[in-house]
Amino acid sequence: MSDTVSKAGSDERGVQAPQVIESKHEGHSWTGEAPLFIYAVWYLAFLYIPVLFLPLFSFNDSIYVAFPLKGFTLQWYADMLENPALLHALENSVKVGAGVAIASTFLGIFAAKAMTRYRLPGKGPLTSFIMLPLVVPGIILGIALLVISNTIGVDLSLYTIGLAHTLVAVPFAMLVLMSRLEGFDKSLEEASLDLGENAFQTFLRVTLPLAWPGILASTLLTFTISFDEFILAFFLAGNEVTLPIYIWSQLRFPNRLPMVLSLGACILVASFFIVTFSEVIRRRGVGTQSGAAI
Amino acid sequence: MAREDYISIRNTSKHFGSVKAVDDITFNIQQGEFFSLLGASGCGKTTLLRMLAGFEQPTLGNIYIDGQPQAGVPPHLRPVNMVFQSYAIFPHLNVHKNIAYGMRKSGLSKAEVDKQVDEMLELIKLPGYGKRGAHQLSGGQRQRIALARALIKRPKVLLLDEPLGALDKKLREQMQLELRALQRDVGITFVFVTHDQEEAMTMSDRIAVMSMGKVLQIDSPTTLYEIPRVKEVADFIGTINFFEGEVKGKEGKATVVETEGLGKVFSTASGDSAPTSGKISVALRPEKFNISFQQPNVQNNVVEGVLQAAAYLGDRSHYYVKINGREAPVAVASQNAQRQMQAVEADNKQKVWLTWDEDSVLLLQS
Repeated sequence: MSDTVSKAGSDERGVQAPQVIESKHEGHSWTGEAPLFIYAVWYLAFLYIPVLFLPLFSFNDSIYVAFPLKGFTLQWYADMLENPALLHALENSVKVGAGVAIASTFLGIFAAKAMTRYRLPGKGPLTSFIMLPLVVPGIILGIALLVISNTIGVDLSLYTIGLAHTLVAVPFAMLVLMSRLEGFDKSLEEASLDLGENAFQTFLRVTLPLAWPGILASTLLTFTISFDEFILAFFLAGNEVTLPIYIWSQLRFPNRLPMVLSLGACILVASFFIVTFSEVIRRRGVGTQSGAAI
Repeated sequence: MAREDYISIRNTSKHFGSVKAVDDITFNIQQGEFFSLLGASGCGKTTLLRMLAGFEQPTLGNIYIDGQPQAGVPPHLRPVNMVFQSYAIFPHLNVHKNIAYGMRKSGLSKAEVDKQVDEMLELIKLPGYGKRGAHQLSGGQRQRIALARALIKRPKVLLLDEPLGALDKKLREQMQLELRALQRDVGITFVFVTHDQEEAMTMSDRIAVMSMGKVLQIDSPTTLYEIPRVKEVADFIGTINFFEGEVKGKEGKATVVETEGLGKVFSTASGDSAPTSGKISVALRPEKFNISFQQPNVQNNVVEGVLQAAAYLGDRSHYYVKINGREAPVAVASQNAQRQMQAVEADNKQKVWLTWDEDSVLLLQS
């Protein structure tokens, strides 16, 4: 908050303030930034154009993924919806995704609270340790978990997939929630305690209402991570398969390919919206978090 | 009957690893008192306040409030409430809900709580603000709402952690007077933390001056200013001039000290408890010097010097006088009781004479 407004420019003593350096964009439009702009465009094109082939060919009236385009059709989308195996795999993915979202967000929020609110010894190493699953290659992780399940005699199922996904999703959940909690005035919770609410009641009345955008964002993010994940699911699947596994299994049938493309296109669009929505929510209300004087 | 030891802090210490934030402190706070903890950053005053609130547990020692030991008692069960430095107004609740926040467990009906909230709003001079959102408030308004939120619970003790720090000067001075009046009205014991000595002097009944985890002196503002017991307290509160010297003995009622710069100095300030020998610091406040541009007709308690610098502050002037035998100039403050249209020439050549009262000469151990 500004207490005293200081006078810019020359003050009463006649001393001139230094000239403000003019922005190099004024009067020169993009000239200074053109190379960077072009680079950005190419970068995005390189990243996304291959992906955009997916929806492109999913509408193509041909089972061969090649140019020239034959014609517009919704046939493959129809095929997709009439395929029971596909729909079942989709259902499995949603189930696993939901479970992972809830479990990892639940674990993430307590980890985030511990990291941002308490004087823990070894906080740094502990954070790195929790983040490890992100750095370990998926195949290594998959094999390791497979070995463990065999050793302790656990059958592979959607649960083993869920557990593996939670392992990689928790770091994400924790990061999202930590960023939310950090921007939070710590004295808000202390004020609540001071006014007579115990720790749990404080959590319900103060922390949760202020953190819920982060919680929602974390849930959506971790759901998406689980939904899209292939490697771990592949290693740890039993009889029930998730959608990515199903798609992979269909790739050897050339006439099924367009149907797979249409499925891919749907997933692409859905993921895009979920992640965007999650980001919007996460940033929403970041400015109103602090209870301090402006 | 106002209890003398309403708040009793006994041999209390707080260690953070090897750092002694609070080092073996013992004192009492009287019921209904406006008590300030004053000190520079890092002196331990906020840590001490947080131990009263229950956010920190003492490493050693005990704290008693109204006779009840507070060891192990969590913040939400203590009969104290705190106004935080950042105000901590809940951003997701409006003003009314903020003030009513702590009343959920009070057992009162909603109508009764609403009535009390309205009364509080009147008290803090923000009537009708109930529906406003937290983000629509100015700093001063937040501060008052934080106050109301704490006071509505009728705590035995109100703790305030530098609550006026974020306000601009005029508002701060206004709030100081309002807080003081409010405290008198409501009669609750206030424990106030600040690093601003003027603020502490304006509002407090008594001040505890703290440094490096220890309490240097606890006295009323007047006593702290006029009779500081150690050099550090004298230096912290207001400005003061120190002259190193050695006690030579007594002459009648006065202690004689041979000092650098001022020569032979007589002091009646300490009375009978004055030391009779050894090294000592002689201290004189700037306003206790009389400055004169003509040589005064006195034998003792006078020194000649040259005017090194002068500052005109409107209601008073500050002079800096260079005297022989002392490197730093003597700081002198003088009320501009008479209209003075001409600025004084401070050219290091203008001769001036300083005189003072024997009663104003403080003797302090280093």
